[in-house]
Amino acid sequence: MSNAPPLIAFRDVRRSYGTGGGLVLALAGVNLDINRGEFIAITGPSGSGKSTAMNIIGCLDRPTSGHFRFLGIEVGDLSRDQRALLRRNYIGFVFQGFNLLNRTTAIENVELPLIYRGMARAERRERAAHALHSVGLGGREHHTPGELSGGQQQRVAIARAVVTDPLLLLADEPTGNLDSRRSHEIMELIARLNAERGITVVMVTHEPDMAAFARRAIHFVDGYIASDGAQVAA
Amino acid sequence: MLWETVKLALSSIRRNVLRSVLTLLGIVIGVAAVIAMVTLGSGASDKVRENLSKLGSNMLIARPGQSTFGPGGATDSRAFEERDVVALKNNLSGVRGVAPTAQKQLKVVYGALNYDTSVTGTNSDWFTVQDWTIEDGRAFNEGEIRSGASVCLIGSTIVRELFGAQDPIGERLRLGNFSCEVIGRLGSKGQSAFGSDQDSIVVEPLRTYHRRIAGNTRINTISISANEASDVTRVQRDAEDILRERRRIAPGEDDDFTIRDMTQIAATMASTTTILTSLLGAVAAVSLLVGGIGIMNIMLVSVTERTREIGIRLAIGALERQVLTQFLVEAVVLALFGGMIGIVLGLAIAAGGASLMDVPFTADPNVIALAFAVSALIGVVFGFFPARRAARLDPIEALRRE
Repeated sequence: MSNAPPLIAFRDVRRSYGTGGGLVLALAGVNLDINRGEFIAITGPSGSGKSTAMNIIGCLDRPTSGHFRFLGIEVGDLSRDQRALLRRNYIGFVFQGFNLLNRTTAIENVELPLIYRGMARAERRERAAHALHSVGLGGREHHTPGELSGGQQQRVAIARAVVTDPLLLLADEPTGNLDSRRSHEIMELIARLNAERGITVVMVTHEPDMAAFARRAIHFVDGYIASDGAQVAA
Repeated sequence: MLWETVKLALSSIRRNVLRSVLTLLGIVIGVAAVIAMVTLGSGASDKVRENLSKLGSNMLIARPGQSTFGPGGATDSRAFEERDVVALKNNLSGVRGVAPTAQKQLKVVYGALNYDTSVTGTNSDWFTVQDWTIEDGRAFNEGEIRSGASVCLIGSTIVRELFGAQDPIGERLRLGNFSCEVIGRLGSKGQSAFGSDQDSIVVEPLRTYHRRIAGNTRINTISISANEASDVTRVQRDAEDILRERRRIAPGEDDDFTIRDMTQIAATMASTTTILTSLLGAVAAVSLLVGGIGIMNIMLVSVTERTREIGIRLAIGALERQVLTQFLVEAVVLALFGGMIGIVLGLAIAAGGASLMDVPFTADPNVIALAFAVSALIGVVFGFFPARRAARLDPIEALRRE
């Protein structure tokens, strides 16, 4: 192992919601290291804390106690805007519901993170077009989400997530709204991004055959990690 | 980045055209009302000021009695006499002229036509004091004034009503049972500040008027014109002293006559108009406020509707400031649109109103610039709260929202 800190480090991370008697402990002391280049599937029943863990990994949420470090940075100490900058520079998000901007063309959706980076228009266009091409949507740049199928929309979302060359791709049930053929296509795309571009992938899923694409599976139960182990990628 | 934001704002405004238009309406009406009021009001002030210059410059008017404005109070006081005029003329320094006047409403007849008008008896100073020009012909000469000759000058309304296109000079005009020869035509002055037609006038030598029309030697008013505007107050004081002496008013006793500074009166009227304008403008400004609240309302709805979009933006790395700017720019763009439409509409209303009310129409670029700036300010002020709400959304919550 090198001396570089892991990409992600949980140290006794707890996250609770509510106060007093209504206190819900979503994460009850989680320890976890994720290194660059890994492809991880997080599974678990609903309420097991996997979504909370995802939110913390995505720097959208902060632990109530314990330490969460991203690239060695203590995220709990960061302001909202500092966390936004972490997300902007290092993390790409893919959601179950695609979460594209309506009535906005594919290429404009993909450009969005680059706009917030302040990139010049010409370069932005070129990178967005390239990202769309790399997910197999060349020629669909000017279609709006309404004009694209679910699988195509998720490809646009993936293009948007990786157009910034992130270290980490966070996918929250990326195939939840797709049929099995589209699901496999999407998973193959994500696996390829992991393999070819070395993008670390952390994916939440409840479908075993999607989880099978990952090389490491983490299973959450009741706010704890119940199992964590390598598996042979499908 | 800003241009991107403006484009973004435009597209989100376009996405909901009807709602955007309804939102604009408040601002449009507010700005239009303010612009129309202020433009019309300044037109009215300009007109009063213009009339003021027609009144004659640096003019003082002396009337018998302690009257306030208009009729009443003056009747039972002693009228002025010709000797008062002579005394003023001889003893006042720094004046351009002293003109006595006596007036009566009378039917004047020429041929088969007649017209009710005001007949004025005066001297030749009157033309200078009241700033009359003689369009055609001449004023009375000293001989005519002394002898009370049957000559008269007529205003442009009389020319139009009785003579039409015919040249009135040399014609004889009948006033009651007396007739006079028209020796001159007065230049037009238009309406007075008080709304009467100043051109409906027949002027003749005071003595002629006294003998042929009034049957007495009363002088109703004496107009005095000072050479310098800065000197009017001093002239007024001196004239008061002279008249008190002439009328044998003991020290400590009240004057039984009034000398008014017409310039001051007209200036008061102009400032009254301005106050009225400001009041109406203020009322109109309230509707601007209402328009602003409309914008805030719709922006809040918009933020709620677009919670998910805001969540996406925050998740992919938008800073609070960037989301704030986005919604603020949207509000400002909306308000500016409203402002522009309001300015055009307001100017159109003012132009229409000005021609109806017969006041000059001038679009003041300062007012337009101010209306524009105020619109932008309304966008910022009323857009800020919704924009801040958007910027402070929790991305996790926002993404969960349907």
